[in-house]
Amino acid sequence: MPATFTSHPVEIERKDPGIGGKPPVDRRPTGGGGDGDNWENRPSGRRGPRELLSRYRLGVIFALAGDLMFFVAIVSAFFVRQSAGHFDARENYVSDWHPLAVPPILWLNTAVLLLSTVTVEIARRQLFREIDVMEEWLGLGRPAVKRASPWLIATAVLGVIFLVGQWIAWKQLVLAGFHFDSPDPSSHFFYLITGTHGLHLVLGVLALGGALIGLFTLRRIELRQIVVDCTAWYWHTMGIFWVFLFALLVVFQ
Amino acid sequence: MSSIFTTGHRAIGILYLRLSLAAVVVGTLLSLVMRIHRLWPEVPLPFYGLLKPEDYLALVTMHGTLMVFFVLTTAPQSGFASLIMPAQIGAREMAFPRLNALAFWLAAAAFLILMAAFFVPQGAPISGWTSYPPLSAIPSAGPGQGAGMDLWLISIAVFCLSSWLSAVNMLSTILTERCPGMTWSRLPMTVWAWLVTSILTLLVFSVLLAAILLLFSDRHFGSSFFVPLGDLVNGRIVGRGDGSPLLWLHLFWFFGHPEVYIAVLPGMGLATSLFANFSRRNVPGYRLMAGMLVAIGLLGLLVWGHHMFVSGMNPYAGTAFAVTTMAIAVPSTVEVLGWLFLLSRGGLRLHTPMLFALGFLSFFIAGGLTGPILAQPALDSYLHNTFFVVAHFHLVMAMAGVFSLFAGIYYWFPLVTGRMMSETLGKIHFWISLIAAYGTFLPMHLSGLAGEPRHYERLTGPATSFSSILANERGITSSALLLAAAQLIFLWNMIYSARRGRKAEPNPWQATTLEWAPEGKTIRVQRGPYEYEVTAGNAKFFPQWESASKQE
Repeated sequence: MPATFTSHPVEIERKDPGIGGKPPVDRRPTGGGGDGDNWENRPSGRRGPRELLSRYRLGVIFALAGDLMFFVAIVSAFFVRQSAGHFDARENYVSDWHPLAVPPILWLNTAVLLLSTVTVEIARRQLFREIDVMEEWLGLGRPAVKRASPWLIATAVLGVIFLVGQWIAWKQLVLAGFHFDSPDPSSHFFYLITGTHGLHLVLGVLALGGALIGLFTLRRIELRQIVVDCTAWYWHTMGIFWVFLFALLVVFQ
Repeated sequence: MSSIFTTGHRAIGILYLRLSLAAVVVGTLLSLVMRIHRLWPEVPLPFYGLLKPEDYLALVTMHGTLMVFFVLTTAPQSGFASLIMPAQIGAREMAFPRLNALAFWLAAAAFLILMAAFFVPQGAPISGWTSYPPLSAIPSAGPGQGAGMDLWLISIAVFCLSSWLSAVNMLSTILTERCPGMTWSRLPMTVWAWLVTSILTLLVFSVLLAAILLLFSDRHFGSSFFVPLGDLVNGRIVGRGDGSPLLWLHLFWFFGHPEVYIAVLPGMGLATSLFANFSRRNVPGYRLMAGMLVAIGLLGLLVWGHHMFVSGMNPYAGTAFAVTTMAIAVPSTVEVLGWLFLLSRGGLRLHTPMLFALGFLSFFIAGGLTGPILAQPALDSYLHNTFFVVAHFHLVMAMAGVFSLFAGIYYWFPLVTGRMMSETLGKIHFWISLIAAYGTFLPMHLSGLAGEPRHYERLTGPATSFSSILANERGITSSALLLAAAQLIFLWNMIYSARRGRKAEPNPWQATTLEWAPEGKTIRVQRGPYEYEVTAGNAKFFPQWESASKQE
């Protein structure tokens, strides 16, 4: 195959947007999977219509792997602190850990967050429907944007409801006498875990807002796909993190 | 202004290296003040006055923090990787260029925040670069533990974010931006090293960030994660619950030990490349050498407990950590033997970069040999917190790391400036540095064996007297001064050569890796990274950017 080894100078001459000259569609509704091109044999920027998307996805996944370690550290601190105690003068084992009953509203919040995971997934899939992507790519209309934006708004609203619910849970705990600086370590962890996770969700809501703006302002369909897709994966991960953190707070007190 | 808002990977790499240069200058000056103070504790410092014991501890803290984070992490991991790595894999840019710029500016901000700690009331923190609680958790526990400690925590938290972003970018770049044909078995060893260190960075800096958050909460929000029960500071009980200082040690060293590998693995990758280049031979056992880099990185995640043998940790856990620690000597030894095998076949070209790479190897062995000694819990209970430990990590981490940085700078200088650094000055710089570095850090083993503790600001006093090792200390201090002075030669060489140095040829070291490829060439890699050959005294080399059909 001598043709394989000849270089094509014209390839670097073209300012290629990374779309490989094809619409970023896929037969599957999830938008997953490769593009079927021989990835290894093409230079960066010419690796098919999904190249940019897969690069950004990979970046988000790596970032979330680091974030996972952040929560792993806090959860391991939770268990270490829980088992820390001391022996008093009469050699009785004394622990200052008092299990905290989580406010019942947290169950509702969890349901809201899980619901928002569904809505964000619906929004994400709207960006990958082949017929709509083709229409947007050809510049005939913006059907995917029209379909996705209500679901994104719904997700953001559910996210805000979740955050308000968490705030109410904090208020209820404060009324019950559990402040952050009350001497009980389990309440420290409750505020710390819900607080750091809440901060992540605030960023998530901002990202949803950004994705919504991006949907209407970004000119290229593949960029519109990227903003929604990456936000959705972030949002899913925060949902999964919350399920585990919530289980920790409920079961492992 | 264009250099401020640049997103080019080479410009960012240079900015990182400049940041490290600033940090290493400050850090070195601090260490010299410490060395001089140990010999003449009663002599007042110009513009400052008498150095108090707590000032000495502040110097220790800032020296360690600057050197570990802003020199040995920033320069080899972010600096050289930004500068070289995209070119070495045949990419035109990083995967996310703007993210790279953001990561740099966060690191620069972290540096400025740390420097600000010198200028707040009561000065810089005194709890060491490891910031063990309860000393670091109680603002009233000592001078510098108030505002200074807060600045330290904020600075390192920002640095964590910067490293995290940088690692995400490196990993995405290595995974998605390789040029056609750049398969895993054709990656230069430096890229393997940056891949491993990026994974480590991603995994451990987040843990440090979480630990810093917990410590900050202990200091300001009345929690008790790390402050033990009944902790007494200045006659006042400050402990609020059964907090565990050991928890900080676990979290910190889960970060802190991989951090050592983040500092030294890029040097190992670079040394492999340079040994191959300057001996004109292929790397023996490429897959094994790359695999061992990965093994060192993975094992490095499992050995943190060896910093804690005498901390009150369960002794059974200590035994387990001793075993994993000694296990890490195996891949390290494989690497060293691989290098020695490569070098033993002779024909070395002893240019300055090669000399510094050999210096790296020498320090890696000399410092590494004391590793298994310190990995024994029984021996460590005597040697812990003595100068033996200081000698160990200054040889294996600091000197090996810095010599690999020098090797990289001498090697890649023509790539960046188009001029060669002076070989004569480079060789003088190397020999003085090598001798002075051993003169500084080898005698510290003896001080340590004599029982001299770290962190003591003076050797003779009412309670303890180490006057018998004063002669040894004098030698160390004069050697340290010589070591620092030798770096002036390097600085002069760098500044002079950048302007007036000999013009470099396009590929001055006749290297094979892609960063030396001619501009604007379409690259399709068809061969391994180190295809050097010596046949009948005739040296040939096959760069990665040339196609296989031209081989004969």
